[in-house]
Amino acid sequence: MLEVINTGLNIGSKTLLSDINLMIAPGELVAICGPNGAGKSSLIRLLSGELKPSVGEVLWDSKPLSEWSLLKLARQRALMQQHAEVGFSYTALEIILLGRHPHHQGTSRPQDYQIATAAMEEVDASHLADQVYTTLSGGEQARVQMARVLAQIWEAAAGPRLLLLDEPTAALDPRQQHRILDIARKWANKGDVAVVAIVHDLNLAAQYADRIALLRDGRLQAVGEVETIMTPAMVEACFDLPCVLLNHPDGGTPMIAARRQL
Amino acid sequence: MNSSASTMQFATQASRSLQLRSRVLIGLGIALAILVVLAAGIGAVSIPPLDVLKLLMSPPGSAAWQSIPQEQIQQAMVLWNIRLPRLALGVLTGMALAVSGAAMQALLRNPLAEPGLVGISGGAALFAALAIVLGGGWMVALHEMIGEFALPIFAFIGSLIATILIFVISTRQGKTSIALMLLAGIAISSLCGALIGLMTFIASDLQMRSLNFWSLGSLGAATWPMVTMVACLSGSSVLVLLKQSSALNTLALGEVQASLLGISVRRLNQICIAAIALAVGAAVSVTGIIGFIGLVAPHLVRLSVGPDQRLVMPAAALVGAILILLSDLLARTIAMPTEVPVGIVTALLGVPFFLALLFRMRRKIGI
Repeated sequence: MLEVINTGLNIGSKTLLSDINLMIAPGELVAICGPNGAGKSSLIRLLSGELKPSVGEVLWDSKPLSEWSLLKLARQRALMQQHAEVGFSYTALEIILLGRHPHHQGTSRPQDYQIATAAMEEVDASHLADQVYTTLSGGEQARVQMARVLAQIWEAAAGPRLLLLDEPTAALDPRQQHRILDIARKWANKGDVAVVAIVHDLNLAAQYADRIALLRDGRLQAVGEVETIMTPAMVEACFDLPCVLLNHPDGGTPMIAARRQL
Repeated sequence: MNSSASTMQFATQASRSLQLRSRVLIGLGIALAILVVLAAGIGAVSIPPLDVLKLLMSPPGSAAWQSIPQEQIQQAMVLWNIRLPRLALGVLTGMALAVSGAAMQALLRNPLAEPGLVGISGGAALFAALAIVLGGGWMVALHEMIGEFALPIFAFIGSLIATILIFVISTRQGKTSIALMLLAGIAISSLCGALIGLMTFIASDLQMRSLNFWSLGSLGAATWPMVTMVACLSGSSVLVLLKQSSALNTLALGEVQASLLGISVRRLNQICIAAIALAVGAAVSVTGIIGFIGLVAPHLVRLSVGPDQRLVMPAAALVGAILILLSDLLARTIAMPTEVPVGIVTALLGVPFFLALLFRMRRKIGI
């Protein structure tokens, strides 16, 4: 269980996040949505342990993140970031193998190659294995990074696993966006993996997430099941965007369409 | 594909990368050994390679030394007292500079970081020179106490200050500015060069080796005690750096991802900075500044086997040793009977590399 309790984040005199309360259980996919500058990336950086909360605490598996050893945490928690730049000409396979470092800390073993190969297959990137990462397109780089974070927490660990995705679909075409969120969904369905993803497209989030958290001005406006969040009133309050509710013909997932503003 | 076949496939992939590693390292090791034997025989007193091997089996003081024929005794003396310490110092210095260069490049995430270019060698040379000129009586006393280990203490302080300065100036929030790193390097190198120059003019001839020695380097003064000192200090630092090679790989993903992969980036930085400063400081205190080895050796290795630090660092150590021995061989034979400073040769070798890298990185540096 990931528990965010009365947490806030200040950097300098600026308040980036305040009064955040959020519980995320293994087996769950929670999408974080909100307008630009709402603090989504700060929140996910807080969840990863990269940033320490100024107020309150983030607990993973009942223990504050700050008390975890870096290495133990690395075997259970992975973060896919936006704008992942890589120095030197590593191949895609070498990048994905870096995700295995917490498990061997030295020489890559046969099972590390096996996992890296399987992770590449999972994201449809097997053909990229020997290409130099920096020469790949944005979408291909995103898939390689996805494969790397999956490889990092591939095996069932001593405790639950946590997969954090910061706009994993940003650089992707619609087919690939669905593919990545489908993978995120499958991972949540494993049962011992909690997945948190920042998703810009509400409709995409609605199709794959169990719950949606709406963030605005550093505060959680609402957290809840897709049906309770995907209402015109909620969305307009968060995004200042008048909209109407539709239902997806397949399965009736609620969808939001903006009204044209004149 | 059935599961046992696919397991085999991954075992093959893993062992292939290990095989590549051992093949490259063994190949380079053999090349270095051959070069040592050949270089040991070349010079004013020429010794055929087979005789070099024979004389290597009979170190001074051994029973075999007594049985060296009269006409070979001069060759044996030259080999054991002049050539071998010089070669050993060259090998150790080349390893120290190349591995330090590779480690800095990983830490600062750019291939232009090099101990000579960014002023780390300059800092070491300056503090060694300061200790000699201003140290006076107590430097002599210290030398009596700990011998060759006296000078590197100061060189280490100098290189440590320079290394920390470079890191502080060129990195901010986990990102490195290549332009700032190079500019800071120019500033530190120029300051060190100017102050060393000043020292050589205040100092008496007896105290100080020439300005040329410090700024262009030389292996010519090598003695066995020096070799022992560099082997202890630079050698152990090189081993420490090699142990970090897998962790240094993860830095290619940035400091944040490295720490999410379980690396304490702060600690890694501290360990590497101290080890680089000691490796370079100890070598420079007896060889002066020998530039560009730390740039060229890792770069050559990356070009041929890719960027994996676990292979780049040990292979660069061997390539660095080979490059320095070749340069020194050229330096002491090209203008016989005088010697050209070895730093002139390494610069002639390194500057084209440096310019080619600069050219390729124009966009990244910000032009």
